[in-house]
Amino acid sequence: MEARPRTSVAGPVSSGRKKSPYSSWFYLPAAIVYAVLFLVPTVTSFYFSLTRWSIFDSQFIGFDNYVTFFREPALVSGLWHTVVYAVITSGLKVVLGLGLAVLLTSQIIGRGYLRSVVFFPVLVSTIGVGLTFTILMDPEDGLINESLSLLGIQGPGWLTDPSYALLSVALVDVWKGVGLATLIYIAGIVSIPQEYFEAARVDGATAWQNFRSIVLPLARPATFTVILLSLIGGLRSFDLIWAMTRGGPGFTSDVIASVIYKQYQAGFYGLSTAGNVVLFLLVTAIIFPLSRYLNSREVDL
Amino acid sequence: MKRRQIGLAVLSAAALALSACSAGSLGSSDEDSGGGKVTLSFLTDNQPETVKIAEGLAKDFTAKNPDITINVETRPQGTEGDNVVKTRLSTGDMTDIFMYNSGSLMQALAPQKNLTAVDEFADKLDDNFKKSVGSDGKIYGVPFGNYMAGAILYNKEVYDKNGLKVPTTWDEFMSNNAKLKAAGVDPVIQTYGETWTSQLFILGDYYNVEASTPGWADQYTKNQAKYATTPAAKAGFDHLQEVHDQGYVNKDFASAKLTDGLNKLAKGEGAQYPILSAMLSQLIADNPGTENKIGLFAIPGTDAAKNGLTVWAPNGLYIPSSTTGDKLAAAKKFLGFVASPEGCESLGKASQPTGPYAVSGCKLPDSVPQAVKDMQTYIDKPGASGLALEFLSPVKGPALEQICVEVGSGIRKSDAAAKLYDEDVKKQAQQLGLEGW
Repeated sequence: MEARPRTSVAGPVSSGRKKSPYSSWFYLPAAIVYAVLFLVPTVTSFYFSLTRWSIFDSQFIGFDNYVTFFREPALVSGLWHTVVYAVITSGLKVVLGLGLAVLLTSQIIGRGYLRSVVFFPVLVSTIGVGLTFTILMDPEDGLINESLSLLGIQGPGWLTDPSYALLSVALVDVWKGVGLATLIYIAGIVSIPQEYFEAARVDGATAWQNFRSIVLPLARPATFTVILLSLIGGLRSFDLIWAMTRGGPGFTSDVIASVIYKQYQAGFYGLSTAGNVVLFLLVTAIIFPLSRYLNSREVDL
Repeated sequence: MKRRQIGLAVLSAAALALSACSAGSLGSSDEDSGGGKVTLSFLTDNQPETVKIAEGLAKDFTAKNPDITINVETRPQGTEGDNVVKTRLSTGDMTDIFMYNSGSLMQALAPQKNLTAVDEFADKLDDNFKKSVGSDGKIYGVPFGNYMAGAILYNKEVYDKNGLKVPTTWDEFMSNNAKLKAAGVDPVIQTYGETWTSQLFILGDYYNVEASTPGWADQYTKNQAKYATTPAAKAGFDHLQEVHDQGYVNKDFASAKLTDGLNKLAKGEGAQYPILSAMLSQLIADNPGTENKIGLFAIPGTDAAKNGLTVWAPNGLYIPSSTTGDKLAAAKKFLGFVASPEGCESLGKASQPTGPYAVSGCKLPDSVPQAVKDMQTYIDKPGASGLALEFLSPVKGPALEQICVEVGSGIRKSDAAAKLYDEDVKKQAQQLGLEGW
């Protein structure tokens, strides 16, 4: 995941001399790839979301797909699940990521080893993680519930109980993604100039005051990056949910992306295209203002 | 040195491309002019059992007709495979013969436009199968495989030990369940770890729906009949809910998989498992010696006199309209072989039959498992078996399995589930462009 430099890098603009169009041509290959793989499909998907199409032909039906899509009972619950999922994963990643980062930037034994242990789950394939946890979370003979029963606790059906399924998947997502959040936070904390800490020590600040008044405010850019990335990831999350529950039991862990996928699988191509347009608009509607707001706060600093 | 290497690489690549070209054209000119030798391509799905059957048929056919060779090609299963078939048909690029579902999925291929009619085999085929590959009074395919039933497999030893009789009404079934539960056996096995297995109480109940309201499938296709408003149709959902509410299902129903369910049944931990009869081959393979321990009965309805079996027709073999000339003649010859007792024999050699044949004159060997014999009894008795809804109507909603899991887990009540399924089905009907939706 690339961490984009926040200040726009001002290149060596040759002020005064007239700019030759020659160098613009170098954009062309990238522009063509971008247009063919991204712009054209995006625009055509807006059109096809207004049709009912099959492999053989397409028929224009106006906004019927959107009407059907919003009448879908699975969608309403799916929308809610998506938001719950995104907020839970994003929130936990911020809290746990910050905690781990503070821990891993302090002087503890085996710091390098612990850092790689925390980061390791990020490198593993999502599907692999999903399948592994599905087996671990099996209500009858999964490792988690067997361990709990040794302690005398009757574990719930993590993935089969309607009230826990979505939360269980969200927790696995946090387990897998918290390493990245930690990494971003470590980078943020390490880049805080040591002078602040020295000054605080002179003033006799406690560790908590250090954290509260130095680390927290000065690691804010890292917090914004973590929130944005994990929220976007959470809103369009699909692979982990599909690998673990397929939206089940019933529809209790369905998110928008899995509702759309099921409609595509059923051959409702127009309907699922409309769903994707809705997902696109939803993600944009949440992330765009949020990113604007967070960036403006950053300038205030 | 370096430049020479590159030159060599380019040259050899070009040579490869050229030779690929010429080999192809040479081959086809051979077929057209020389000695009446024909090579047919045959597309089937990549399930190991299917491939074994396809290759067995091809080999046995060539042994009898040395002039015709058949090359088996494979495609993925499921929706991905559907797309392959539809794309190749619409671009005229289909193999000379192909295997595909019968019933509503086959109707979605627009057979009048894309397939060649093979009416000459009509008198060799069973009526139920003719219905599922027919369109506008013409027949488009021959059966590839055996019938299967959506029914209840039961453990005969457990039944005998508890002195139970095969039920013919739902009430008898429920009183059996009560006795089984008292005896400490799980009466009904459910396995929602694989969601499709949840649908049997609804899909396998269709014979009973048709028996109480003849012609329901047609009304359903025309949007005149609904699951929620037809008591006989809604009964399937009610049954699923009752079995859960009474606590008759196994404890791990939410996470168990098909294999777990089959093993439970074979070991007698569970007494009855509503499932497709084709799963028998897996049950017997995993639990040797159970051939005669497992029996089969149709899903019971309200009336004992009208109880019967819901059957699924086998897949079909079709010739696309892009196959012409010598190849068409050869392809028809192959279909004729498949729709003959010799074809059935070849089929049975490649894979243990788990259901009756759809070709007349084909007899099951005596060595078939008990459940298949039970199935044959229903099929031999006139009027005691009928096709599943998906062969009579193209309307089937994609979310049925999730809805069934909800009902069977107590998340949703059967009334609400039937209504929800009626909504789900609407999308499918609209996508197909049916009238009245």
